[in-house]
Amino acid sequence: MSAQEQDTLLDVEGLVTRYPIGRGMVGTVTRREQLWVHAVSGVSFSVAPGEMVALVGESGCGKTSTAQSVIRMVDADSGSIRFRGREIARLSHRDLRPLRREMQIIYQDPYESLDPRFRVRDTIEEPLKIHGIGAGKQDREDKVLEAMTRAGLTPPELFIDRYPHELSGGQRQRVAIAAALVLDPKLLIADEPVSMLDVSVRAGILSLLDDLRQAGMGILMITHDLSTAAHFANRIAVMYLGRIVEEGPARDVVRNPQHPYTKALISVVPKRDPNEQTPPQILTGETPNPVHVPSGCRFHPRCPVAEERCKSIDPELRPAKAAAARDHRAACVLT
Amino acid sequence: MTIAEPILSARDLHVWFDLGEGRELHAVRGFDIDLYPGERMGLVGESGCGKTTAILALMGLLPASASVAGQVVLEGEDILARGEDSMSPHRWHEIAMVFQGAMNAFNPVKRVGAQIVEPMELHGTASGREARQRAGDLLEMVGIGRDRANRYPHEFSGGMRQRAAIAMALACSPKVLLADEPTTALDVMVQAQILELLVSLTKDLGLAMILVTHDLPVVAQACTRASVMYAGEVVERGSTATLYHEPRHPYTRMLFAATPDLWGDEDVISIAGTPPRLDHEPVGCPFAPRCDSAFEPCATRAPKPIRVGDRHDAACHLNEREIAGATT
Repeated sequence: MSAQEQDTLLDVEGLVTRYPIGRGMVGTVTRREQLWVHAVSGVSFSVAPGEMVALVGESGCGKTSTAQSVIRMVDADSGSIRFRGREIARLSHRDLRPLRREMQIIYQDPYESLDPRFRVRDTIEEPLKIHGIGAGKQDREDKVLEAMTRAGLTPPELFIDRYPHELSGGQRQRVAIAAALVLDPKLLIADEPVSMLDVSVRAGILSLLDDLRQAGMGILMITHDLSTAAHFANRIAVMYLGRIVEEGPARDVVRNPQHPYTKALISVVPKRDPNEQTPPQILTGETPNPVHVPSGCRFHPRCPVAEERCKSIDPELRPAKAAAARDHRAACVLT
Repeated sequence: MTIAEPILSARDLHVWFDLGEGRELHAVRGFDIDLYPGERMGLVGESGCGKTTAILALMGLLPASASVAGQVVLEGEDILARGEDSMSPHRWHEIAMVFQGAMNAFNPVKRVGAQIVEPMELHGTASGREARQRAGDLLEMVGIGRDRANRYPHEFSGGMRQRAAIAMALACSPKVLLADEPTTALDVMVQAQILELLVSLTKDLGLAMILVTHDLPVVAQACTRASVMYAGEVVERGSTATLYHEPRHPYTRMLFAATPDLWGDEDVISIAGTPPRLDHEPVGCPFAPRCDSAFEPCATRAPKPIRVGDRHDAACHLNEREIAGATT
């Protein structure tokens, strides 16, 4: 194993995840062709310790399926998932269990993800019980208090006996983060961590994630919000229809986008300054459904600069010629 | 140049919700707004600041537990004066609304076209073949082929359902459209499509619009003016450019600072604390506990909105101090 591989926390290579579409009884009996939702179609990326990688894209682009495959909530069809140097894509759930505490996930909606009957203490202590961590009640309580402090729920005594309905949205998300931190994970997956929160509290949650990253945690953030990704992630991977179409240092991807899809996506993000609005390059239609994936480049039917060859060539992600950074890649024959 | 009269104004509008046991929630506390013909105004603020309640009051669509006071003036007539009697002739005819989540509120077992025909027949603007013809026209106007009128809502994508919801609101040719978070659940590309549609509709139909959103950049892109709401009142209003470049209320400035900009490098801030619960009347400036520039009078005295520039008003003691300083 090379030094570089040892440095990587998560290394995903050629990940493919698809879901069967129910055919119904008649379909099964008549052996109608099985259709698949091609959620993730060959995705490769890595996350290093102390790095935040943002998977960015619209609904249905496969970003959440990618995250769920990585933590084995769903089983990938093929591809490799190496976590801390160990292949976990085909590990049995029993063998996976000790690794689970090292990769934690927090969800979009802190109103849905917390049990309303659990006090803050119970929510954060539960993962310790499940994983059999802590020597007795007092030890667990200490760990709960420490996790709460790390998640910015300070002083912890003020919050520990509260129920979710007694907390604001931002505080709830901090409880969810504390429940992940209590296991001391190496990798945190944050699935749209602030999209349900008011804009006034988003920065607090994102800064908390940034602090955790600086302390050495690897973070995979799933988001549809390019502005958030640009501000807080080290690297951005833009997904379209199950593929990463562009990947690179966050600043480079945003300031110097290479793929026509990224360019369009960036052009439609409204700016705060009304005097600086530029004409958005609005793509017609919506992302096609991932059951019938277009031939060649998946983006060609909506691409403003597509050529004839794009209908047949399925471009690979490779260094873009006009990119400033060498590790800035795009999947387009024109780059 | 003659200055046109506002098409819709609210003057000192108040809404109280009865919480039972003699308690009340004063959700809207003296809401003032002037909307001119063809104008697109953003109404922004955090959740719970009264945006939706205020525009539901403009439509007379609040639940029975709410009591309303003040004036809602539509083309010179106070339509709030006689309650439902003065409100109902104008609802949908002159003022229409796209509700929050309207795209998910279609009846799943009725064809989309039939659902657009419904308000026309209900309000007597058209019926039968004429109404169906108009439903087709409306669908085309929002960018959906008229042949899709026979489809069911589940056959539409989210963006198309939102377009259909807009078509439905326009069924009786209103002059004012109130749009409550019309792009919130949509992807950024679909959001751009819907914003472009709303802007072009206001231009083509001479429609005035109030766009309610928590998203300042959306307002900056789609609106010419904006009103910032906090704790049930408008704390600052002005052109969108003025509010961004020369905010005169700390809440406006801090809201912008909390919003990440794709191209900006500056740190994004969070605003500590939460908006006040309005089941008790706030003392002093309701924003003071969260404000980064509060000083002596803020804790005790509520600031009144004062004119600080061209059609630019703000309710903050800092401005009073500045004006007092300039005149002495």
